Amino acid sequence: MARAASPRRRAAISVLAWIVALLIFFPILWTVLTSFKTEAEAVADPPSFVAFDWTLENYFVVQERSDYFRHFWNSVVISIGSTIIGLAIAVPAAWAMAFVPGKQTKNVLMWMLSTKMLPPVGVLVPIYLIFRDVGLLDTRVGLVIVLTLINLPIIVWMLYTYFREIPGDILEAARMDGANLRSEVLYVLLPMALPGIASTFLLNVILAWNEAFWTLNLTAANSAPLTAFIASYSSPEGLFYAKLSAASTMAIAPILILGWFSQKQLVRGLTFGAVK
Amino acid sequence: MGRITLDKVTKSFGEVQVIPPLDLTIEDGEFVVFVGPSGCGKSTLLRLIAGLEDVTSGEIRIDGRNATETPPARRGLAMVFQSYALYPHMSVRKNIAFPLRMAGLEKAEQDRRVVEAAKVLNLTDYLDRRPGQLSGGQRQRVAIGRAIVREPAAFLFDEPLSNLDAALRVGMRLEISELHERLKTTMIYVTHDQVEAMTMADKIVVLRAGNIEQVGSPLDLYHTPRNLFVAGFIGSPKMNLINGNAAKQHGASTIGVRPEHLRIVPEGGLWTGTVGVSEHLGSDTFLHVHDTGLADVITVRAEGEVGLRHGDTIHLTPREDKVHRFDEQGGRVA
Repeated sequence: MARAASPRRRAAISVLAWIVALLIFFPILWTVLTSFKTEAEAVADPPSFVAFDWTLENYFVVQERSDYFRHFWNSVVISIGSTIIGLAIAVPAAWAMAFVPGKQTKNVLMWMLSTKMLPPVGVLVPIYLIFRDVGLLDTRVGLVIVLTLINLPIIVWMLYTYFREIPGDILEAARMDGANLRSEVLYVLLPMALPGIASTFLLNVILAWNEAFWTLNLTAANSAPLTAFIASYSSPEGLFYAKLSAASTMAIAPILILGWFSQKQLVRGLTFGAVK
Repeated sequence: MGRITLDKVTKSFGEVQVIPPLDLTIEDGEFVVFVGPSGCGKSTLLRLIAGLEDVTSGEIRIDGRNATETPPARRGLAMVFQSYALYPHMSVRKNIAFPLRMAGLEKAEQDRRVVEAAKVLNLTDYLDRRPGQLSGGQRQRVAIGRAIVREPAAFLFDEPLSNLDAALRVGMRLEISELHERLKTTMIYVTHDQVEAMTMADKIVVLRAGNIEQVGSPLDLYHTPRNLFVAGFIGSPKMNLINGNAAKQHGASTIGVRPEHLRIVPEGGLWTGTVGVSEHLGSDTFLHVHDTGLADVITVRAEGEVGLRHGDTIHLTPREDKVHRFDEQGGRVA
C-alpha cells in the first residue's frame, strides 16, 4: 500500500530538505563567493553576500604565485593512477572471494576492512622512514603506492559486492562455451560488472583526490597535489582568505564537476543489488 | 561421437558423500534422462560430467579418453542451464557466436553457423536483440542455439524447461526431441519431472540419494520397476501401493497396481470402496477411492466418463497380470 502524504506535509518535508541541503552546501557556496572578493571584503563585518565588487584577481594571483596546473596534474595522476592500479589488483581478488570462496574468505574481508579503522597517523612514521630510505618521498610514484594501498580494501569490498550479484551460472556457461579464465573475466564478468566497476572507479578517484593526510605529509614541492596546494594558502600570517578561497575553489571544482555529471552512475552503483 | 563412461565415480562435499561409487555408460547418440526427486544428486552428476565439479574419486571417460581432469572448456560438451545463463550484455547473435569465438573460428564461418542455427531455432528475426528483450521460450532457444553451433560431443541439459509455463514446456519438449532426432548427438537431460523423462528418453536413469535405482527404457521402467521407489516414481497418476492382507494373498509384502490396471465392476470384484473426488479429463476420469481397507486412497483411471458420484460405492478388480509384487526390502518379486 502506498503511503499518501497530505500536500501540506509534503511541502513541509520539501522545505526541510532544502534547508538541510543548503546548510550542507553553504560552506562551499561561501568559499566560492569569497574567492571573488578582495581580501578586505572577505573579512568585512558584516559580510556582504553578493553586493561586493566581484573580482577575478585572486585567481590570477594564485596561479601566478603557485603553479595551479602542475598541482592539478599531480592530483590527476595520483588519483587516477592509484585507482587503476587498485582495480587491477582488486578484480582478481574480488573474483576469487566472490566465486571460489574458502572458509576464511569472510575473515579476510573483515580483516581488510579493519585496516581502514587504523588511524593513519599510527603508521605515518614507519611509512615516512621507509619512503625516505627508498627515495619515494615527494614523488608521484610514492603517493600512487600509498593511495592504492589505502583504498584497496574499499575497492575490493565494492567489487566483491558487485561480483556476488552476477549469477554463477553465466560464468559456468562461459566455461562450458570454451572460455578460459582470462576470456571468462574479460568478455563476461567485467562487461556485466561494468556499472559497478565504473562507480568503484569514480568513488575511488574522488577519495584519492580528496585525500589530504598522506599527500600533505609525504610531499613537498615536486609531487604536491591540489590538497597541498590549498594547504599552502592557510598561512598563519597575513590575510589570505580570499586567495585561500580561490585556491580551494580551483581545487574542488574538477572533482565537483565530475561528481555532478556522474551522480546517477554513482547512486546506481552504490545501491546496486539493493533492489531487484 | 559422444560415448560417456562413468567408472566408480564418487563425489563428496566435505564429509557428506552425495554420490556413492557409481558406474554408468551412455552410448553415442543416446537420449539419456536423469530423473529423481530434488536432492537426489542428478544435477551434481551432470555437473561432474560437465567438469563444473571435480570428482572425488573414480574416472570419467569421453569417447574412451580419460576426461576426469580435463577442464570443462576442453571436454567438447555443451550445456543448457535452467536459468538459460545467457550473456545479458550481448546480442542474440553474439551469444550464439560466443563458443565459436572462443574456439577461434573465422568470422565468416561464425556468421554462417549462427545464421544456420538461428534458422533451425526460429530465431532469425531476433538476432540483434538482447536476451532481456526475449520471452522465456525464446531465451531457452538461444541457449540451445549456443549449444548446437559448436557441434559438441554431447549436450547436457540441466532442467531446461523448469522456468517455462506449462504450454511452452510441452512445445519445447517436442522441439528438443526433434532436435535429437535430427542431430543424433548424445543428450543427457536432467529433470525431476517423470513425464519429461518418459516422453523424451531412450534411456532413463532413476536416482535416489546419489544411487542409481534403475536404468532402462521408459517402458521397461513402467512395466517392470525394479523396486518400490521406481514403481512409485514412474507413472502418472502414481501406482497404488498396497500392504497387508491383500498383498499377502498375492504372496508379497507390498503389491502395486497402476490406476489404469484397475477395472470397475458392477458388483462383486476383489475390493470395495467409496468414491471420493473424481477428476474429469474428458478422455479419462481419475477416481479417488476411500475406505477400501487397502490404503488411504486408491486411484483409479477409467476411460471416458464414469457415472459414479461422490459417496457412491465402487467395486474394483485389478488385472492380475499387471499386479507388481515387492518383498519386504522393497525389491521386485519376479
